[in-house]
Amino acid sequence: MSRIKTTFANLKEQGRKALIPFITAGDPKPDATLEYMHALVEAGADIIELGVPFSDPMADGPVIQKACERALLHGTRLIDVLGMVADFRKTNDTTPVVLMGYLNPVEALGYENFVNEAAKAGLDGVLVVDLPPEEATEFSALLAAQQLDSIFLLSPTTTLERAKKICAATTGYLYYVSIKGVTGSATLDVDAVAEKLNLFAGITDLPLAVGFGIRDGATAAALGAISDGVIVGSALVGKVAELADQPEKIAPAMSQVLNEMRQALDKLPG
Amino acid sequence: MSKYADLLNLPDAQGHFGPYGGRFVSETLSHALEQLEEQYTRLSADPAFQAEFDKDLAQYVGRPSPLYHAERWSNHLGGAQIWLKREDLNHTGAHKVNNTVGQALLAKYSGKQRIIAETGAGQHGVATATVAARLGLKCQVYMGAEDVKRQAPNVYRMKLLGAEVISVESGSKTLKDAMNEAMRDWVTNVDDTFYIIGTVAGPHPYPLLVRNFNAVAGREAREQALQQIGRLPDALIACIGGGSNALGLFHPFITDDEVEMYGIEAGGEGIESGRHAAPLNAGRPGVLHGNRTYLMEDDAGQITPTHSISAGLDYPGVGPEHANLKDVGRVKYELATDAEVMEAFADLCKYEGIIPALESSHALAFAKRLAPTLGKDKHLIVNLSGRGDKDIMTVAKMQGITL
Repeated sequence: MSRIKTTFANLKEQGRKALIPFITAGDPKPDATLEYMHALVEAGADIIELGVPFSDPMADGPVIQKACERALLHGTRLIDVLGMVADFRKTNDTTPVVLMGYLNPVEALGYENFVNEAAKAGLDGVLVVDLPPEEATEFSALLAAQQLDSIFLLSPTTTLERAKKICAATTGYLYYVSIKGVTGSATLDVDAVAEKLNLFAGITDLPLAVGFGIRDGATAAALGAISDGVIVGSALVGKVAELADQPEKIAPAMSQVLNEMRQALDKLPG
Repeated sequence: MSKYADLLNLPDAQGHFGPYGGRFVSETLSHALEQLEEQYTRLSADPAFQAEFDKDLAQYVGRPSPLYHAERWSNHLGGAQIWLKREDLNHTGAHKVNNTVGQALLAKYSGKQRIIAETGAGQHGVATATVAARLGLKCQVYMGAEDVKRQAPNVYRMKLLGAEVISVESGSKTLKDAMNEAMRDWVTNVDDTFYIIGTVAGPHPYPLLVRNFNAVAGREAREQALQQIGRLPDALIACIGGGSNALGLFHPFITDDEVEMYGIEAGGEGIESGRHAAPLNAGRPGVLHGNRTYLMEDDAGQITPTHSISAGLDYPGVGPEHANLKDVGRVKYELATDAEVMEAFADLCKYEGIIPALESSHALAFAKRLAPTLGKDKHLIVNLSGRGDKDIMTVAKMQGITL
């Protein structure tokens, strides 16, 4: 069984929700990422999403745009990010790692080359923000051949008919984008999210994780209560800019944010 | 039968031009694009919609635009006859308005009350602000901070027309960053906002509908050539940023195999300098802004900065249909450097009494190179896609003059 499947199966057995932190790889410098990944696991992460820096992150708000710029300042390439995953695997063989990013760096490396290197590095899944299932047939087949999961997005504007196609193309888990907007946006309507999630839960057995707009324990618990897990990005990545002049405090600050969410999620009734 | 007949069937149902085009967007926009495609398919087959579009083009834009024989310049160059398709005479001074009038009608029929756009040189922004004012719709235009500086007259024009210009400070602060920001806005406000993309790029169906709205120029030019020259021209020449004025001129001639076509990219300071905006000449295929096309990028797939004397061509991608037309060999894509552009700009002022846009001057620069190599019985049509009033500050600066 894949690491992602095992993780969700164990969580279900324990009556717990998945906590999925996102950080941008190479931000603020390449050697910081490995430390953050281990710290996040320590603070309660079930799965780690690593953002691949891109020059034109169209779906991201200012916090993650800046993170991409910082990472690119040091020339962090997709192949380097896979190197970070391989380093992480040297001491952690259980926590799934998912890459999240944009298609062009993957195309530049080449689909086959990427998939082979990703499998060697010990990666578990890939979410390409600007690659909808209609355009993903070839890439998803290559990922599947190496037992790597293809994770796709669902959104508030996704119709039921479209969601069926997306669910059929997805393995691992589904990522529900809680709001119309970019990452790091503020307003969250929990009832509206619940309504959509109910609709989608009726057509798939895959775990549904929710991201965008989760800032603290309270928002994590509110969305955790109606899903299989929550994804938190900007609230963590924001710490890198906030603590730019005290970089040694970044990992502890991220851990604190995540730990508060872990505790809030674990208080939810199983 | 034309060996290019198959090109008329593109894009396919998924928005592909051969391996290019498509719809590479985050999920939130998929539904809006499906709706737009459905709406466009329905309305473009509706005679009432077409009649309304034609009426706007005639009475508001001022079409048809003339096909003008630049006789004195042709004589000076001593070769082929150069004809100018005078898109600079359209309302707002460029071809861009053909498309914004069309998309504004789509916006009107969709019932959305807010319009957004991205702009480089500001011509598309002005053309969008213009149609928004006419329809009483709220309008916000994203423009790179660099472009806001170098195109100040157009920024003010947009403001006079009631639009809000949002200066984009991210990335390279030019057109590509304006487009990123417009996409972010659209994703956030997709329910009540219509995004008027200004060129034949972006996710399907934009490359299709922008081409079709601009093709009025090519249809007119084809008829005008038959009347005024007495036959089809030997070649068409147009500048390429995203490539909307070029496709507008080229597309109605696609299956006229004897008509050669040249798309002219911004050579900047020369390909070897690295300071240019010529993805078809010096880039490679990749995915950006919703479509697969030729891009300027580094080995790791990061988009690289571009340079052009003209803000309107300062873009690292190009419409996906051009990418396909390059691969199949229907259109030849050439370059004009900043220096050649300045010479052609000066020529047109001097010999024809026309101040051309710096974008269009790329096409003129290639005509200036090509015409002397051909006989006087050959005929070239150059798309004079915009007028140059907006560029006089840039040109003065190049000449070391302070206005």
